[in-house]
Amino acid sequence: MSADNALDVKNLSVDFHTDGGVVHAVKNANISVAEGGILGLVGESGSGKSVTSLAVLRLLGSSRARITSGEILFRGENLLDKTDKEMRAIRGPHIGMVSQNALSALDPSFTIGAQLVEVIRLHQGVDKATARAKALEALELVALPEAKRRMGAYPHELSGGQRQRVVIAIALSCRPELLLADEPTTALDATVQKQILDLLVDINRELGTSILLVTHDFGVVAHVCTDVTVMRRGDVLESGTVDQVLNHPKHPYTQGLMRSVPRLHPDDASRSVARADRRLFEFHGDTTKEQAEKENEYVA
Amino acid sequence: MSRSDPLISVTDLRKVFAVRGEDRKRSEFVAVDTISFDVERGETFGLIGESGSGKTTTGRMVLGLEKPTSGSVTFDGNDLAGLSDLDMRRYREHIQMVFQDSGSAFNPRRSVGSQITYPLKLFRTASPAEARKKALDLLDRVGMLPSHFDRYIHEFSGGQRQRLGIARALITDPDFVVLDEPTAALDVSVQAQILNLLKDLQRERKLTMLLITHNLALVEHMCEHAGVLDHGKLVESGPVDQLLTNPATAITRKLVDAVLEPELTAAAG
Repeated sequence: MSADNALDVKNLSVDFHTDGGVVHAVKNANISVAEGGILGLVGESGSGKSVTSLAVLRLLGSSRARITSGEILFRGENLLDKTDKEMRAIRGPHIGMVSQNALSALDPSFTIGAQLVEVIRLHQGVDKATARAKALEALELVALPEAKRRMGAYPHELSGGQRQRVVIAIALSCRPELLLADEPTTALDATVQKQILDLLVDINRELGTSILLVTHDFGVVAHVCTDVTVMRRGDVLESGTVDQVLNHPKHPYTQGLMRSVPRLHPDDASRSVARADRRLFEFHGDTTKEQAEKENEYVA
Repeated sequence: MSRSDPLISVTDLRKVFAVRGEDRKRSEFVAVDTISFDVERGETFGLIGESGSGKTTTGRMVLGLEKPTSGSVTFDGNDLAGLSDLDMRRYREHIQMVFQDSGSAFNPRRSVGSQITYPLKLFRTASPAEARKKALDLLDRVGMLPSHFDRYIHEFSGGQRQRLGIARALITDPDFVVLDEPTAALDVSVQAQILNLLKDLQRERKLTMLLITHNLALVEHMCEHAGVLDHGKLVESGPVDQLLTNPATAITRKLVDAVLEPELTAAAG
């Protein structure tokens, strides 16, 4: 919409044609990633958050998925109008992707150095020696320890956190303007999760890369994001700055999500109750449609 | 440390695995290194650690699924190491486990009902009719329907699978349940439902539980006492209120700092 957005998804709808009928995975969704911003796209399973991020890259793949309406504006151009060939020139150099499972994103039979060099040569057309130098630079950017030696390592020789660093290095090797990260830390230990998130923040600040971060965790949002969009069952329920949404959530679903998470530092009210009697706020994430419509009435 | 009369008492427990190192020579890997803790009756003890810290191996030894290299586990005063195979089978009636992924802990080719009632058949503690009745009651208690009895595991969502896993664990009326990351794979709204259910069941059945997790917020919510494992060593243990607000060791502090709370105060924004 406005010129200072890195990505504008407007009225996007995605349907899946399954044996059981048509599933509306994304319904008229509007999502914007500000230039240089980090948008947290939050939702539970089935909310359409991953489908939205895959639609941006036109990677929905399956013949059963149909983008039925909408526009995906990146640098003022609608990605839905692009040919496959044009999309291949956008994925990588302009929009990078980091997925949840780094092990399946890497090829087990090639060294990580070879995988980085391939991407760099493909997109930048440089010679082998330059590509190797750039690959090493990319691994150093993501603070992979002993980067030079690790160029010759295979994915299985690395820990989960190290693999995720390599995947981020590959995504950033062509310096994309926009990075899509789909649950990049969900499979990692808490301490490693924090390191990877801090790395994403550093990259955002140093390179100015805009980031769309798909997550189910408001803790992650609070730690790294500037803006948030909350989705449920294909609908965008609420969008705003992190401060607006986390401190003053408007939608009952957002409020429910935040209240249902166990806290390391419970407030005084729950502290005053014996631990055996403390209960988490319980609500039904995937409530019936009627319930959802009733909830929607609260937001005016 | 001399707290009353614990249900489970772990003393100097140690587990060494034989592995082949990088040089292809046999070497030893100490997964659990001489740890001791007690689990009081009716309480949940939290076992905290990162991956590879030995928390799951400890849980398996407490259940008798893994033989300790040295040290002992006592249940209600009886040392598990000294039990005969027959006695071990009897012990298993009193202890159960709920896994992170109950979906893969069920056989995909048998109905969930037949698997929930299987322990009763195995221990010959109930007639088929009684077993079915008991399973249906339990299904109801964990929020499932009687019609789910004859269904197969793939027909259920992640949260429902976890409820079925809990029903199966409780069918023998155990005194002690080991929960290994019971909610790690669940959505937050479903996690809240499962955690509340576990607390209710604990109260109703006076269950003693061992909660294995890397999520400190879960420990804060569920446990009175907890211990932190680091590379197989129990580096710290005690009341949760103290452990998490006043960590004595660097590793606990690191784990506490790594918890991301959905508040903006500490965030760099």
